[in-house]
Amino acid sequence: MQRLEKKFGDFTAVNKIDFVVKQGEIFGFLGPNGAGKSTTIRMLCGIIPPTSGSGQVGGYDIIKEQHIIKEHIGYMSQKFSLYDDLTVEENVDFYSGIYKIPRNLKEERKKQVIRMAELEDLKGNLTRTLPGGWKQRLALGCALIHQPKLLFLDEPTSGVDPITRANFWAIIKNLAASGVTIFVTTHYMDEAENCDRMVLIYKGTIIAMGTPTEMKTQCMKNDVLEITIADAQNWLERISKVEGVKEAALFGANIHSVVFDSEKAIPLLRVFLEKEGAKGFTINKIMPSLEDVFVSSIEDYDETQFKKN
Amino acid sequence: MTRLNLKRIRAVAFKEFIQIRRDPRSLALALVIPVVLLVIFGYGLSLDIDNVRMVVWNQDNSQFSQDFVLNFRYSKYFEIVGNIDNYRDIQRLLDNGRIMMALVIPKDFSHYLRSGKTAPLQLLVDGSDSNTATIAMSYVNAVVANYNVHLLSKTFQDQGLVPPKSLSQRPRIWFNMGLESRWFIIPGVISMIMMIIAALLTSITVAREWERGTMEQLISTPVKAPELIIGKFLPYFAIGFFDLIVALVMARFIFFVPFRGSYLLLIFLSMFFLTGALSQGILISTVAKTQILASQLAILTTFIPTMLLSGFIYPIFNMPKFVQAVTYLVPARYYIVILRESFLKGGTLATMWDEAVFLFIFASIMLTMSVKKFKKKVA
Repeated sequence: MQRLEKKFGDFTAVNKIDFVVKQGEIFGFLGPNGAGKSTTIRMLCGIIPPTSGSGQVGGYDIIKEQHIIKEHIGYMSQKFSLYDDLTVEENVDFYSGIYKIPRNLKEERKKQVIRMAELEDLKGNLTRTLPGGWKQRLALGCALIHQPKLLFLDEPTSGVDPITRANFWAIIKNLAASGVTIFVTTHYMDEAENCDRMVLIYKGTIIAMGTPTEMKTQCMKNDVLEITIADAQNWLERISKVEGVKEAALFGANIHSVVFDSEKAIPLLRVFLEKEGAKGFTINKIMPSLEDVFVSSIEDYDETQFKKN
Repeated sequence: MTRLNLKRIRAVAFKEFIQIRRDPRSLALALVIPVVLLVIFGYGLSLDIDNVRMVVWNQDNSQFSQDFVLNFRYSKYFEIVGNIDNYRDIQRLLDNGRIMMALVIPKDFSHYLRSGKTAPLQLLVDGSDSNTATIAMSYVNAVVANYNVHLLSKTFQDQGLVPPKSLSQRPRIWFNMGLESRWFIIPGVISMIMMIIAALLTSITVAREWERGTMEQLISTPVKAPELIIGKFLPYFAIGFFDLIVALVMARFIFFVPFRGSYLLLIFLSMFFLTGALSQGILISTVAKTQILASQLAILTTFIPTMLLSGFIYPIFNMPKFVQAVTYLVPARYYIVILRESFLKGGTLATMWDEAVFLFIFASIMLTMSVKKFKKKVA
């Protein structure tokens, strides 16, 4: 993608972004609500045209060769968007007609897809009657009926229970293992760990990019400390006031604290806690979670933007 | 443009068929509404006026005046519901709508006639429905004129003279001898049904896809706008023709409207009309992406013009010039002529050529516009 931009009137939803997705990887497109995730995915799938910029999907130009791209991609939108007055089987049949699946392959593909979605016993049921997570699986199945090389998933797990989510990610990983490139948006940061590579988009701009490990080690300016201490709750406020500590939050029975520089902060905290009479505590620098990385990247971005103005 | 794919069209049409079958509301709209409309308009909307209810106050009560009143009594256009002897009662009956008019024959009616003078008559008419009142009055005029001729010839005969020659009209009304307004209305109702069903149903079905987000999914697939449109057309085309046949059968065997033209020709020309109306539905749905808005727009742009501006009820030549110009844009205008010609006049392609050409133009423009507009929306 090169300088891809989308404006709605005066509002710039996606501000000239550039990125590359490698074949066969799970590429995460992360960001808070309204960051421009869906807009980007819809431009890539040829649902809306970009205002400016260019891009290629599967080697085809997203502006001139949309119709070829559409043959090779599967798309699953945020909102469940199959026909809920059709049965599971009828939905699959419809999309296999739309994707021109040859007659001799049709039945087999249908079986595969329904098996993958674990809907074998419900294939005659109206889609309307299925629970949310099952509908999502059916939608995924329909997006895969033509065995696309590229799969676009727009918040596939929003509003789905944790077990179904885990299940869903297992399917996605399987697909990636079989060579399908997966482009997935989400605002669940814990899901980002499943991605091979990711970008963080915020206010239409990419503010961080890399593998999960790169993100944790390179994109974060601050360090994260884990403090184990008895009665952590009572210490929380006092710790957050220690010099060099940016913030502190409870994490289970422990405290996670973001500090500007661990080299300086650890001794200061030690001295402070000993002086206050705390016993048997430990302070360790830990690998930040992706959530920590994202929150701090977004804060940094806002700060620099604020300074600019 | 790349070639259209039959498989995709079939998939869309089949899906649409299933959806219609499962949706009791659109099924009812498609199959019951035509029957209901035909019954309502066929029985309810009669432009014929007969049995005008009236009272008579015969102050004269002579042989002459009683003779004269008999002319009303034996006419199918009037129904004398009573004799009255004061104005108070007349006023009361007119006020509460029990009668349409009152005939007052003055005391010296026969005296005037015998002495060779013109005898005045008073007619009191309820003018609140001006249309009916005008027609009723023209009936009265006819009765009076008849009676005058009768008087004149009688006078001549009494004097042993030959009555003078006078004009006598012997009307022979072609195509609708009994001037049954039903014969004239039913073809109009058929065109209204076709227009509404086609435009309303298609606009709703496309709007529903926008509303439910299924359109977004479709846009991400390789399906092309014309494939989608044609696929959606097919089931509604079938419904349209089913409705046409139901309406034809009802017209023939329930309302006894004669059919003198060619069924094949009518069906052929109906295809143009239906294509245009269906395309109009698609066009509406590109503007209105919710079902409510789409149905309102569909009714506004089909039902009302068809009702008022097509010559269905109100003759076009009576309209102001500006409005007349607008009626050329109302496709039902042409279709109604085709229907009426087919039913009543035994029209052929030659007699309906202009209408056929206009319908063809309407269908082509609507179809191209809807495909173009739709393409823009989805790509």
